[in-house]
Order: sequence, then C-alpha cells, then structure tokens
Amino acid sequence: MPTTKSLYGRRLTGYAIATAIVLTASLTLAFFYAPIEVDQGFSQKIFYIHVPLAIVTLGGFVVGGIFAIQYLRSGDTRHDLRSYTAIHQGLVFCIGALITGCIWAKAAWGQWWVWDEPTLVSFLIVFLLYCTYQPLRFSIEDPQRQARYAAVFAVVAGVFVPVNFIAVRLASPLIHPRVLGSSGGSLPSDMRIAFYSALVGVALLFITLCKYEMASKHSRAQLGALRRSVSGERDEPLATRSAAPRIAVK
Amino acid sequence: MSAARPPSTLTAARAVLYKELTLERRAPQTLTAMALFCASAFVIFHFALGRDELEGALASGVLWVTLTLAALLGIGRSFVADREEGGLDGFLLAPAPRTALLIAKATTLFIFLLIVGLLAALLFSVLLLGPTPSASQWASLALVIVLASLGIALVGSLIAGIAIQTRARDLITSILALPLLIPLLIAVTKASAPLLGLGAGTLAGRWLALLGLYDLIFGLLAYALFDYLVED
Repeated sequence: MPTTKSLYGRRLTGYAIATAIVLTASLTLAFFYAPIEVDQGFSQKIFYIHVPLAIVTLGGFVVGGIFAIQYLRSGDTRHDLRSYTAIHQGLVFCIGALITGCIWAKAAWGQWWVWDEPTLVSFLIVFLLYCTYQPLRFSIEDPQRQARYAAVFAVVAGVFVPVNFIAVRLASPLIHPRVLGSSGGSLPSDMRIAFYSALVGVALLFITLCKYEMASKHSRAQLGALRRSVSGERDEPLATRSAAPRIAVK
Repeated sequence: MSAARPPSTLTAARAVLYKELTLERRAPQTLTAMALFCASAFVIFHFALGRDELEGALASGVLWVTLTLAALLGIGRSFVADREEGGLDGFLLAPAPRTALLIAKATTLFIFLLIVGLLAALLFSVLLLGPTPSASQWASLALVIVLASLGIALVGSLIAGIAIQTRARDLITSILALPLLIPLLIAVTKASAPLLGLGAGTLAGRWLALLGLYDLIFGLLAYALFDYLVED
C-alpha cells in the first residue's frame, strides 16, 4: 500500500502562488481592462466572480461524483477523502455563487431573489441537496459504511444536477443574459479574456483549497498518531463521530 | 444430490413483494397512514388558504405537495420492519440477488403511491377542486400519477436504503428526498395544472418526457447503486 505521507501537501505552495497571481491578474483585468457594460454599468463586474464560482462549483460536484465512483470501484479511502473534499469545497463555493447571484439580481433587477432566473433557482436546489451530504455522513458511525453511503449519495447527486437544471429551465422563462451561449456568445473579446482568466483563477483557488484541506486533515491525523505513540497509547484513534473521512496514517 | 439452485432475481423479488403486501394486508399501516395524511392535509389547506375551491396551478400545487409529503411517510417506513425484525439480515443470508430487494421495495412503494395518489385525487376533486375535469383529463391525470409514483418509488427506495443505516433515519429521509424530488415535482405540477384548470386544458408532452427521463435516469441509478447499500 503506498504511503500517504506528503501526498496531500505536494505542490501546495506552487498552487497557492499561482492562485494568488492569476486571481489578482484576473481581477485587475476585470476592473481595469474589460469595458463597462452598457446596460448594467459597473455592477456587471460581479459577473467575473459569480459565473466562475458557479462553474467551478458544478465542476467540484462532478469531480466529487467521479471520485465517489472510483471509491466504490476500488475501496481506496483516499478517493473517499478526495470526494469529500471536492464536495465540501464545492458547497462553500456554491454559497459564494448564491450570494453573488443575489447581489447581481439586486443590482440588475432590483430584487435580492428572482424566481424567473432558472440558473439561480437550480443552484439553490443543488445547494439544498448537497447540504445533506455532511449530516448524512455524520449520522453513520462505521467509517467504511459512511464512506460507501456517502459515495452513493455523491453519485446520485452528481447525476441529479443536470436533470435539475433541465427541469428548472423548462419551467421558467429565460431572462438571464446568455453570455456564453451555444451560438458563440455575445461576450466581446476583451471581456472574454477577463472572464476566462477569472475562471482559471477561481478553479486554481478551488484546487488549492482542496489540497489545503486534505493536507490539513492528513497532518492532524499524523499528529494524533505521533501523540499517541509518544504517550504510549494504543495505536488506533479513539472512535469519535465525525462527518469527515478517517485517514489511515502509517 | 445436486445443490439447490439460488432463486432468480424475479423469483426472489416476487417473494419479497408478496411478503410486503401480505404484511400490509394483515396489519394495514403505511397505506392507511398515507391516505389519512392526505385527507388531513386537504382540510388544513382549506383553512390555511381560506378557500373552498381551488383550480389550476394552485390546485395542482396543493395536490402534489400533499402527495409528496404522504410519499415521505411511505419512504420512511419502507425498510423499518426489515431492519427491526431482522428481515434485512435474513435476506442477506439468502442466496438471492440484492437487486431483488430493490425491485420488491420499489414495486411495493409504487403500488402504495399509486393507490394513495388515485384516492387522494378523487378526494381532492370532492373536497377542494373547483372545476370538474373531463374523462380525458382524468385519464391524463392518472397517467401523470402513474409516472410520478414510479419516479418517487425509485428514488424513495434508494433513499430508504441509505437512510435505514443512519442514526437520524427520519431526518435524513426528509432532507434527502425533498430536493431530489424537486425536478419530478416541477414536471408533475406543471403537467397537472391545465388538467385541473377551468378550460379544456390538455397534457403537455414535454412534462411527460421530463417525467419519463427522470424515471429512467433514477431507475438506472438505483439499479446500479443499490448493491452498495446492502453489502453488510
């Protein structure tokens, strides 16, 4: 079995630096390079944060689902940890996408929440579903069963996301600006550069935070193991209820 | 002496289904609770909305919210007896395919939901519904109830399988099921609204297509994932 030592913290510094540089550059582009939008004015700038957050959130949930499938196929607990982290961070980003969406709705339409907006409504439903991931894990004590059931949930929820988007979109008239539609989009090239750099920046932030969370959990598990070996306690950690996956430390 | 052959999936599913239906017939619990819940909910809606008669989207919403919450009762009870009386362990000891359990549970839930759905629709038309639907509208509504019951039964069996092993079973069932059922609810409420309206509303094909898609996707998912829920 490969040792998990130093696995999670690898290249963390590099990712963190890249994130800081790309995010700063993309925000600079968004505020100083991309032109002010004619209809919405300065408030449209939130688009450069809101849309990347939304896209990365969905990406995170999909990645969580893929790792969950890998866990179910292999039984390797590292995939469970990756799935857990991707969904956990995805949820955090989802809150960000919802809040920025509300702010944008207020600026564009004068209301904090608009039910006519299918993407925002879909996000709320997806958020509500993924909110149950942590309570579900927490309510199962046996670590193996917890990981297996959480993986089943992650796969079901991952498939649910597109079905939900189709249903909500069918049910509501389209008023959201379709900036990147199938017809090639109406985004001018200078806005597009700022948008894509923001997307890369937010994606890098997601990866960095995931790696950071995994490294932190692993370090804490290692510290616990060291502390137990110093004090001469038994090698197994005491069984405590937790929503997070247990990490085996060599 | 040749060893006894393990039962096929359908044989095992039929046996479990027979057990479920016999249990319900001898000591009616789930069906009566669901039906009573629907009746009480309609009375509550009458007072809460302050309306004697409903039509269109509001009627459709009241009917389906009631049926969804009643379905939660059925989903919550789905594996309880098996878990408490050791039926689940017994099934796992038997050389039967695990899919049989899913098929039996989903079929049981489907039958319950169908009966409760049709009864509730009739009761709703007597108690709260303003316009009188035509025969073709009744047939369309029955089709919607069939497709919705199938979807709820498939998702419900999967959720019941997950929730039965958790500490907070009732909580997990509700908070998992409601968001997962939202696409289905969108389709059924939109499909039913014109049927319960004042004009000669007809069933829109796209909502049936969405319901069919939902049933198909979650049916396949339940089939693919259920084995992982009954591993030990």
